[in-house]
Amino acid sequence: MKPILVIGIGNESRGDDALGPLLLRRLAEEDFPDCEFLEVYQLQIEHALDLAGREKVLFIDAGMDTPAPYTLNRIDAGTSATPCTHALSPTELLGVGRQINGAMPESFTLCIRGEQFGLGLPLSETARQHLEIACAFIRPWLLN
Amino acid sequence: MSSEANMETAAHPENLRRVAIDPVSRVEGHGKVTLLLDEHNVVQQARFHIVEFRGFEKFIQGRPYWEAPVMVQRLCGICPVSHHLAASKAMDQIVGATLTPTAEKVRRLMHYGQILQSHALHFFHLASPDLLFGFDSDAAKRNIVGVAAAYPDIARQGILLRKFGQEVIRITAGKRIHGTGSVPGGVNKNVSLAERDELLADMAQTLAWCRDAVGIARRLYEQNVELYDDFGRVDAHTMMLVRADGAMDLYDGGLRVRSKEGATLFDHHDTARYWELISENVKPWSYMKFPFLRSLGPESGWYRVGPLSRVTQCDFIPTPLAEAARREFLAYHGGTATGATLGFHWARMIEMLHAAEMIGELLHDPDLQGTELVNLGQRQARGIGVIEAPRGTLIHHYKVDEHDQIVRCNLIVSTTHNNQAMNEAIRAVARQYFDGRALTEGLLNHIEVAIRAFDPCLSCATHALGKMPLEVELLDVAENRIDTLSRDGYGLVGPAV
Repeated sequence: MKPILVIGIGNESRGDDALGPLLLRRLAEEDFPDCEFLEVYQLQIEHALDLAGREKVLFIDAGMDTPAPYTLNRIDAGTSATPCTHALSPTELLGVGRQINGAMPESFTLCIRGEQFGLGLPLSETARQHLEIACAFIRPWLLN
Repeated sequence: MSSEANMETAAHPENLRRVAIDPVSRVEGHGKVTLLLDEHNVVQQARFHIVEFRGFEKFIQGRPYWEAPVMVQRLCGICPVSHHLAASKAMDQIVGATLTPTAEKVRRLMHYGQILQSHALHFFHLASPDLLFGFDSDAAKRNIVGVAAAYPDIARQGILLRKFGQEVIRITAGKRIHGTGSVPGGVNKNVSLAERDELLADMAQTLAWCRDAVGIARRLYEQNVELYDDFGRVDAHTMMLVRADGAMDLYDGGLRVRSKEGATLFDHHDTARYWELISENVKPWSYMKFPFLRSLGPESGWYRVGPLSRVTQCDFIPTPLAEAARREFLAYHGGTATGATLGFHWARMIEMLHAAEMIGELLHDPDLQGTELVNLGQRQARGIGVIEAPRGTLIHHYKVDEHDQIVRCNLIVSTTHNNQAMNEAIRAVARQYFDGRALTEGLLNHIEVAIRAFDPCLSCATHALGKMPLEVELLDVAENRIDTLSRDGYGLVGPAV
């Protein structure tokens, strides 16, 4: 098992929601020997098992209201949130993982600002620029 | 008690106050419930709305037909495999294929993996907080994190069952989500011996946990029989696929329709002519259509699909443990569970056990290692794929032109079939619990419990994804806001801002 897990979240068919998977794939093609890459459409309860035993986890997702071009935030396990759909947020996933597996790894979200999320829309030009900036930032971060 | 009218449309809505539950939480996508109450707090109108629509059928038009089995998975993060397989079955007809034994069995294995993981997710993640803690228990703990804290073994079993189902999907479809394993005319990979052995290693434990889950569902029912029997209870006609001998078959078969009294209205009806049986009605207050049986008309022809219908209306389940569990379910308490909205949960766990048994059976079939994967025949212009998805009957209907482009697409998803039944269930709950009582989060959750029993996937029904804050407004007869309650996208409850 590799010490760092990178999870890219999103639906390619919904415009800028593809940001997570696109960045993940780009990173996965490069040389990050300590990283394992996991692409998901939504976070689900079984992903709590993927977190166990890691040193660090990075969730990459697109955001509608996040400051441009991206934000990087450290997150902790949620304790009382009520999931509103079949899917979980990163903090909810960490909360489930902590109950099931004990201590959770140091965890972060990289949220890249998107502009359009309609079904069938392509990646917007603005999102493409945000993707490049986020990619340049996260490469050295993953190596540290 | 409220009036015994159907409660779909109040006689004088202008004189009523309105309560909205927006959106319903812990179902996929988003919906809204509105209640109109009179001056005595008696519910006069109750509606379950779908508030967003995105036209996936339009999105798929113009695409080459062979892309459909992959593209349609982006409808939904929960049941992509069901769409993958329903589209593949439709495209089998487009390419004129009769499946090889290997192709059909690999697809069935994939499908039973999907049934198992979806049912596990619903029961352990979405339904168990209500069932274990109570419908109006502390909302802050009524979630999967709370279940994991209070019942760690149950939570862990649910997660590992879900993971096993996802592993079956990964091996048969190539990926845990949005795989490409099923293609027009067959599959693009078989199951190697190493992959088979990987799954077999966990098979005995999976079966044991599925049996335990049936026991949990039964014990929950037994602990409060009156509540479970009566909560949101509605009598409904039923529809499902059955095998030629009447057995439950979740992958293929003919359509069986039974009346709410149990009379067989149609049996083994050819799925390629599904439109002879059902039509779709639209109502101005919802984006989700209202299917109905043509022979009975839109008013009385609505029906219910999904685990409760399948378990109660098949002649038998063709695996021994699930069939024994089905018989116990049918016989329990004089058969009252068979029509109970909360009986869905028990029936769903019986199906999960059946799926596990089918996976175990298929894994011992040498056809999984066969090398004849795809079969092609005479090209056709129309394809209709019907499958029993976790939530019920799923219909994919396509027309493809001479340039191989999809020119027409119609999807009737499980949740849409259940639209009227869900509306009827919330009306029953409103009658049972709301009249004359002050509004509380726990009371509103009763409505959501009834909807969640159907495990609706509103993403599929509306072909959209999303979750929005829940906001409840209490309005007086002059439509002045007198109280509010909100739940944000992460479930935190408080006064609306």
